Order: sequence, then structure tokens, then C-alpha cells
Amino acid sequence: MNLDYLFDAAHWDFSAGSIPQLILSHLWYVLLALAIGTVIALPIGLYIGHTGRGSFIAINAGNAGRSLPTLGLLMLMVTLLGLGLLPVLIALTVLVIPPILTSAYAGLRSLDQRVVDAARGVGMRPWQVLTRVELPMALPVLMSGFRSAALQVVATATVAAAVGLGGLGRLLIDGLAVNDYSRVLAGAIVVAVLAVLLDLVLAFAQRWIVSPGLRVSR
Amino acid sequence: MITFDDVVKVYPGGGTAVDHVSLELPTGKTTVFVGPSGCGKTTSLRMINRMISPTSGRVLIDGQDVAGQDEALLRRGIGYVIQHAGLFPHRTVLDNVATVPVLLGKTRREARTAALELLERVGLAPEFAKRYPAQLSGGQQQRVGVARALAADPPVMLMDEPFSAVDPVVREQLHREFLRLQKDLGKTIAMVTHDIDEAIKLGDVVVIFRQGGVVAQVGTPQELLADPADEFVAEFVGRDRGLRSLSFDTAAELPVLPVPAELVLDEAGRPLGWKTGADDVRPTGGTFTSADTLRLVADLAILSPVGIAVRVDADGKADGITPHHDLADYLAARRG
Ligand SMILES: Nc1ncnc2c1ncn2[C@@H]1O[C@H](COP(=O)(O)OP(=O)(O)OP(=O)(O)O)[C@@H](O)[C@H]1O
Ligand SMILES: [Mg+2]
Repeated sequence: MNLDYLFDAAHWDFSAGSIPQLILSHLWYVLLALAIGTVIALPIGLYIGHTGRGSFIAINAGNAGRSLPTLGLLMLMVTLLGLGLLPVLIALTVLVIPPILTSAYAGLRSLDQRVVDAARGVGMRPWQVLTRVELPMALPVLMSGFRSAALQVVATATVAAAVGLGGLGRLLIDGLAVNDYSRVLAGAIVVAVLAVLLDLVLAFAQRWIVSPGLRVSR
Repeated sequence: MITFDDVVKVYPGGGTAVDHVSLELPTGKTTVFVGPSGCGKTTSLRMINRMISPTSGRVLIDGQDVAGQDEALLRRGIGYVIQHAGLFPHRTVLDNVATVPVLLGKTRREARTAALELLERVGLAPEFAKRYPAQLSGGQQQRVGVARALAADPPVMLMDEPFSAVDPVVREQLHREFLRLQKDLGKTIAMVTHDIDEAIKLGDVVVIFRQGGVVAQVGTPQELLADPADEFVAEFVGRDRGLRSLSFDTAAELPVLPVPAELVLDEAGRPLGWKTGADDVRPTGGTFTSADTLRLVADLAILSPVGIAVRVDADGKADGITPHHDLADYLAARRG
């Protein structure tokens, strides 16, 4: 096992199957899954957190999501829907939903209720309370849920290759198929580096969107 | 005027929090709800801005039942100072104060300019504007809370224990500023406290609640001190109410005697102390003017080494004395 595959310039030339190209397709699955998952999970989590109705959903979603095997789910989806991007996205989205939903719920629930009460007391309508007070205050918790979802999906998006799609999983699966462990190692390293970089970007974004008033140590 | 018309609040699963309360809170005056913990003060206050709805009865502002009004609009028109300030931690001090004007449709710019003036009004320097609530002391947060409630210049203000989270010295200072502001602004204020001294000091009208949400007595501070309706009120307003009732009258009509030779003066005529021996001069312990309260005079007479309070004029020159027995005679005569 060595790093020859990773450092071979021929694998970095943007041609089909090259590492940069696999990174792009990998990121594409990741971003799609995160976007769809957020669109689904965020409103539900916020609704449950804001109203307190259906909290059992938020609590159980966390546990259910963690115990669901993504590869198994992917195979099931492929059996039902055939090959293609759709089953992959479904499997990855299912992975993304629990941490986002749970953190949105927990973020709102953990707020100082006296501040929420104050928001109503000064005459904000329920929607204004949510968008102007609850959401900005819950952002730190929400972002940590989003970051953990992002990390998981970067690692797991390698399954796309198992059903014939691209992404960094290609390096793992093709490498294993031809006993090219240098290629497998390259895949593992690139996935790890990508995960770290993505988390850094999100950490930076978090600093930027979270009010400094919430960072002040008391 | 705010009217409570036979208001009852029963919490589901709880007891009766407010029990058939009928009250009138006069326009432009401060009405203080006071009573032991859990007697329904906060509940009563929050029924005014519909944060809580009565189980039966009505609450009216200037004859309009609040129940018929749009909640959010009603609340924007009523300043609300919340127990422990309730500031928005993610917003700067300036944006906290600008909250209601922005809700009312002012541009952020206009609202901020006005907010800056208000900060000054409540005694906060402009450099606090850019800070976040977590960077303020308890007393400063309370001031921001008051400024936020005042921002839209509402005719009615609700204040729930606005001065409870600060030490006695700061509270004293906030009281003085409150009285000064209220003298300028003349808002219709409903305030909650469980501190009877605060109620007596700040209230034009004091409403004493007892356990179970029943009103025990309504009256001016003087009335409550002079004539408590029952044992409970007498106990609640405290044992030294005789002395405290002296806070309501000034020394303007208190007779004084001419300044005697024993009072040592400096060349400008200001008192230095009492000559109690050949070359033994003891400090007077303080002086009063005719604008000060009788309570201060009593205090000075007690503190004085010779039992005599010293009056000074506007320049600080001694212009009369009152021995404690003269004060006692005056008070006795005044009681009639
Ligand atoms: N949401 C609620 N559900 C049930 N009971 C409540 C609720 N809010 C208040 N109570 C009860 O109603 C009574 C009056 O409460 P309230 O908060 O008005 O008291 P308070 O006079 O403001 O007391 P404090 O001085 O401690 O703030 C209390 O016995 C309290 O336990
Ligand atoms: Mg209370």
C-alpha cells in the first residue's frame, strides 16, 4: 500500500474518472442531499420546536436515523426505483434529516423562554418571533447539527459508487475490484480531507452568521 | 385609564390566580401592584397586554376591551418591561431598543437614531449602543429594558419587577431616575413589585394583593400607611409605617428656632459642628432644607450629638434649628 496513486499527476487532470472530477461529483451528491434534507427537516424541526407539538417525532427521528443502514436502504431503493441518482439521493437525504431535525428542535427548545416571551410581549407576531428571535438565537445549535450532517454525508456518499454512480467511492470500489490498494488509500484520504475542509468552511460560515452577542462568554 | 372589571383568572390545573378583581388605574399615574409571592400580580399585569386572557371579566384601556383587539398591535402600543430585562441576546443594545419602532414600520435607520437618544434618557452613554446584552451589568440591562419599552413612546407601560435584579444602591439610583422620567413623561404605568417600600416610593396608587389573587386594599401610599384596611395590610406595610409616613411631607412648614451660639459656623455662615465643651466641636451629622422630607429631619435629630436638626438655605448657610422635641410637638399637632 502506498501513496503512488494519490500523487500521480495523471490522476489529477480533470479527465473522466480523475480525482478532481470524482471530488466534484462527490460534492454534488453531498450538496444535493444536504439541500433536500434541510428543506425537509428544518421546517419540521422548527415547527416542532416552536409549537412544542409532536416532540416525540423529533426525539425518535434522531435514534431511527442513526440506526438505519444507508447501504441497505440504498439497495432497497434501487430495487424499487432502478438505478440512477434518485435512489442515492433518497438514501443520503434520509441520513441528513435526523441531525438537522433534532438540532432545529433542540435549538429552539433550549432557548431562554423568557426571551421568547419578551418577543411576544413587545408585539411580534408568531412568524416574527420565529425568524427574528428564535432562529437567530438557535443558530449555534442548528449549525452544529448541520455540520454533523455534512460530515456524515461526505463519508457516506461513497455508496453512490456501489450502484454505478461517480463520486470518491469509485476509488474505493474500483481499487478493491482490481486489488489496487494505493487507489483505495487515495480515496480514503481524499474523502477525509474533503470532510475536514467542508467542516472548516462551515465553521467559518457559522462565525459569520451567528450574532457576536451569542458568543460573548458570560 | 386602565380598568379591571370583575376579572377572574383560573389556570387550568392550578388554583385561582386572580379572584374577582375590579380596579381603575388612573391615566398618567403610576399604579403599583404589590403583595407576597404568588398572589397574582404578574398574572394581573399580563392580562392588560393580553399575554394572558382572563377566565371571566374584562380588562379595558380607555374604555376599549383589550380582548377585541389585535394582539400584536395592542402590545406594540404598550411598553413592556419584563422581569429580568428579557433582552434579545443576539441584538445589540441599540437594536434591542429599536425593536418596537421597527415593528411599527420605521426604517432601521430612523429607529436607531431615536434609540440612541433614548439610551441617553435612561442614563446610558452612547458607547453602550454597540454592545450586546451579555456585556452589560444587571443595572445596565434594566435600563435598556426600560428604554426598549419607551421606544415607541407608548401611553401605557407595564413593568414587572423592573428593579429587582440589582443591588440596593443601584436600585436607589434607578428609582430616582424613574421618578424623574415619569415626571417628564406622565405615562400610565402599571408596575409589579413585592417590595412595599418600592411601592410606596414609586406609586401614586398602590394595590395590595393577598394570597389567592384578592385585592386587600387600594389607595395612595399615604392612605395605606395611615389607615390600613386590616391586619394583613398593616402587617404588610410594616411596623415602622409611622416613621415612613414622614416621607410624604416636606419640612416647609416646620417651625425653626434661631441659630444659637453653640452652633459653630465658618466665615460664610455654613455649619461646622456643635460646641459641646471648651474646645470640643462635634459634627452636626448633616443638614436639611425646607424642601427635604420630615423623615430626614427626624433622622438628623436622632443622629445629632445634641438632638437638634440644623436647617440651611440654598447657599448652605445655617438659618434655623429644630430640636427633636419641637419636631415631636409639630408632628403631634399635625395629627390633630
Ligand atoms: N401558567 C400557569 N399555570 C398554572 N398556574 C400558574 C401559571 N402561572 C402562574 N400560576 C399560578 O398563579 C398564581 C399567581 O401567579 P403570578 O405569577 O401572577 O404571581 P406573582 O404575584 O407575580 O408572584 P411573584 O411575586 O412570585 O412573581 C401562582 O400561584 C402561580 O403558581
Ligand atoms: Mg411575578
